[in-house]
Amino acid sequence: MTFYSPVITNAKEAADNEKLHLFKYVEDPDQPKVETYESHGGYQAWRKVLSTMSPAEVIDEVKKSGLRGRGGAGFPTGVKWGFVPNDSTKPHYLICNADESEPGTCKDRVLMERDPHGIIEGMGIGAYAVGCHLMFIYIRGEFGHCAEMMEKAKEEAYARGHLGKNIYDSGYDLDMIVHTGGGAYICGEETSLLNSLEGERGMSRIRPPFPAIAGLYACPTIVNNVESLATVPHVINRGAEWYSSLGTEKSTGTKIFSLSGHVNRPGNYEVELGFSLKKLIYDPAYGNGIRGDRKLKGVIPGGSSTPFLTPDMIDVKLDYESLVEAGSMLGSGAVIVFNEDTCIVWALKKLIHFYRHESCGKCTPCREGTGWLEKIISRIEAGQGRPGDIEKIEEICENIMGHTVCPLGDAAVMPIQSAIKHWRDEWQYHIDQKKCLVKSEFAF
Amino acid sequence: MILTPESIQRIKDKLAQYPQRKSAVLPALTVAYRQVGHLNDDVYREISQIIGVPTLEIAEAATFYTMFPKQPVGKYLIQVCHNISCSLLGADSLVAYLEDKLGIKKGDTTPDGLFTLICVECLGSCATAPMMQINHDYYENLTPEKVDAILQQLRSEA
Ligand code: FES
Repeated sequence: MTFYSPVITNAKEAADNEKLHLFKYVEDPDQPKVETYESHGGYQAWRKVLSTMSPAEVIDEVKKSGLRGRGGAGFPTGVKWGFVPNDSTKPHYLICNADESEPGTCKDRVLMERDPHGIIEGMGIGAYAVGCHLMFIYIRGEFGHCAEMMEKAKEEAYARGHLGKNIYDSGYDLDMIVHTGGGAYICGEETSLLNSLEGERGMSRIRPPFPAIAGLYACPTIVNNVESLATVPHVINRGAEWYSSLGTEKSTGTKIFSLSGHVNRPGNYEVELGFSLKKLIYDPAYGNGIRGDRKLKGVIPGGSSTPFLTPDMIDVKLDYESLVEAGSMLGSGAVIVFNEDTCIVWALKKLIHFYRHESCGKCTPCREGTGWLEKIISRIEAGQGRPGDIEKIEEICENIMGHTVCPLGDAAVMPIQSAIKHWRDEWQYHIDQKKCLVKSEFAF
Repeated sequence: MILTPESIQRIKDKLAQYPQRKSAVLPALTVAYRQVGHLNDDVYREISQIIGVPTLEIAEAATFYTMFPKQPVGKYLIQVCHNISCSLLGADSLVAYLEDKLGIKKGDTTPDGLFTLICVECLGSCATAPMMQINHDYYENLTPEKVDAILQQLRSEA
């Protein structure tokens, strides 16, 4: 029974490297215990905030740090917090989005399993900043063990006075609910998450109103990713100036990259933003090169929803701006590596099957389009492609792109469009020859 | 009654936390799923009575969430991730291996009612691929030897 992911991390490097902070203690099996967390400086930021800072000062500090959302969109965390109206008489809510399910992404899980108090502390600070007295963590249903970890940490936090009534005699009250979902990818999208948390089907909502104005129970609500919130205590402890000195000018700080696929050392690695993608894949301290001495075919740098990069493009820096410039996106930081034996049509068949399955069905272009795409891509893969299929795929993609309420539709088509752009010949070969150019036969 | 007094109590405890009762729907379904192994109309009816949300609304929500089986499944529900990172490291061959070992096709249950084999989407173990979840537990970095050992272990526990 595995209740603790055996995933490789660079915790050793983080322990010695002043700049890294999220992974410093993730290999310490006692870190989930509150006493250990406290002995490592835990809950000091929370004390500092409650005893010396106003909510506006907290928001300001996080704004100045340049911290951007680590779930995929990359929106500045402090700016988001600032959207909550301070004249509203309704309750305010903060939700930690732990519905980690973007294919390739397995980083938030490690934080929940190995440093749950870091998340609670970050959530607390965020809650205080937006005037919230009841905060939630929404954990994907399959992560039952993470929910148990968080429940346990929550109870410890209450017992030590980090949560509850009149925390540290500050007069501030804060409660927390650990909530689990039902295995729907779409619930990682914030408006679907809100519906799901309200006990509804997890379907997206039309914005405006934005959740910061009318979110959970129609009250002002902030939804932040696990990693973003886990970063916040470090920003408070060491200051916005220190944090913004890490990374690049516009992409400040560090980020956890989940490296998966055909590398020798898949794992979760915390590095400064702006780190070299090539180094992440090839350096022995990280990916240690392509498995089985095969050549690289392509890389998805930010989770399955982001466009492919080809081998000549991997000299890119891993930060929000550089990846956009390269034609892709940082997304959730899930780097998926494909070797030369991967049939691109086969890979896309896998991906489109996923998006078709996870489309909530609200918007016609996404609901119908992902189904058509799966049908066409599957038939090409099965050697039954027809002339004109590539053009048909492109047309369907164009009709989905930008025409849906939430980003799932765009997410489904971006990898397809880039795969056709980079490997059009291979798609054509598949249709003409009725078979794969390279056969994906991967033994486990 | 299908739900045990413990499950009912657990659902009531969850309910008490939330500002609005409907938020307890998913937690209640989770408790029921963990006890019963799948969900059906009778379960929805019982949950409805406990949390005071109409049965129809519970069914409406439940049918959206694929994690909860809506039909009885084997004692051990084997869920193999067939998404991209796992596929690159052999999820297809893992499924074929399991089909061979269990003597069933994916989607089916062994005649002794012990194992149901299905494929699911990314479970957040992409850097420890390939992987499977059996009931609520994760099994990662799988190899044929590990799979043999896991199946043997489960058979002996059954
Ligand atoms: S792709 Fe299999 S766990 Fe993520």
